[in-house]
Amino acid sequence: MALNASAISVGDTYQEVVAENLSRTQLVQYAGASGDYNPIHTDTPFAQEIAGYPSVFAHGMLSMGMTGRMLTNYVGDGRLTAFGVRFTRQVFPGATLTAKATVAAVRQEDGQHFVDLALSTTNQDGQEVCKGDASARIDP
Amino acid sequence: MADEVTFPVEAGHIMLFARAVGDENPIYHDAEYAKTTELGGIIAPPTFERVWAQWDPAYVLRPKPGQPWFGSAAGPTGLPQKGSDDEGDGGGGGRGLHAEQRYVYHRPVLAGETLTARTRPGKTWTKEGKRAGSMTFREQIIEIFDQQNEIVVTATSVSVITSRAVDQ
Repeated sequence: MALNASAISVGDTYQEVVAENLSRTQLVQYAGASGDYNPIHTDTPFAQEIAGYPSVFAHGMLSMGMTGRMLTNYVGDGRLTAFGVRFTRQVFPGATLTAKATVAAVRQEDGQHFVDLALSTTNQDGQEVCKGDASARIDP
Repeated sequence: MADEVTFPVEAGHIMLFARAVGDENPIYHDAEYAKTTELGGIIAPPTFERVWAQWDPAYVLRPKPGQPWFGSAAGPTGLPQKGSDDEGDGGGGGRGLHAEQRYVYHRPVLAGETLTARTRPGKTWTKEGKRAGSMTFREQIIEIFDQQNEIVVTATSVSVITSRAVDQ
């Protein structure tokens, strides 16, 4: 089921908690599934002693992937036409992340309906960890 | 990194990827359910496309048998310590970070298809940051085609090499 253009207005928001007490094991899962085995995400001695970070931290693409889960739950499966983010802050184990979409525009192109969304994913301290935008083809 | 990588989109891999991002939507793992949807089968979640790296024989962020690996083993890194941190493609000394990622989806990615990712370099620029010192940004454009040579996804990635660890 996809979102309906007639049911939304500019300024509407939709949000989901996409991570709760993010585990190191989920970072390992993401490394294995994605193929990005950069040890900075899963290897504490490397992250601390070589890279100089307080601990391992999440792949930016994991934050984006979790933000994508909120998005597809909102707009519908297979409906995204564009999705972009800037990674503004690192996400450490234990993080709780909330991904939020705000309707920026509802438009028609060649007889099809589209929604443009502003995206913001924040951590438990209210700090933004990724910021971006997305567009999706929706139903009338 | 190879300029061109051809890879299969496998249902099992989609399931593992969806689990890793915490997405239990059955369209990513339940073929019977997926048949009843408008797409008619299992699809890949957004951002799945980045798995092409699994099929890149030269991908730098994967350990390879018989080659030194920069992650920890007996010591905190398997590489000899060097004076400079700013080498490698996102790896060297942990100074490589992902700064931005953008996807344009021309259509959904379907389980069972074969895709080809073609990579080309984009812009490079530098900037001074309060939290990370001098930063060198590098853009890369990855276009993903199906076997009819129709474009499926355009991915633009910006990586950054920072002169020191980012302040928290």
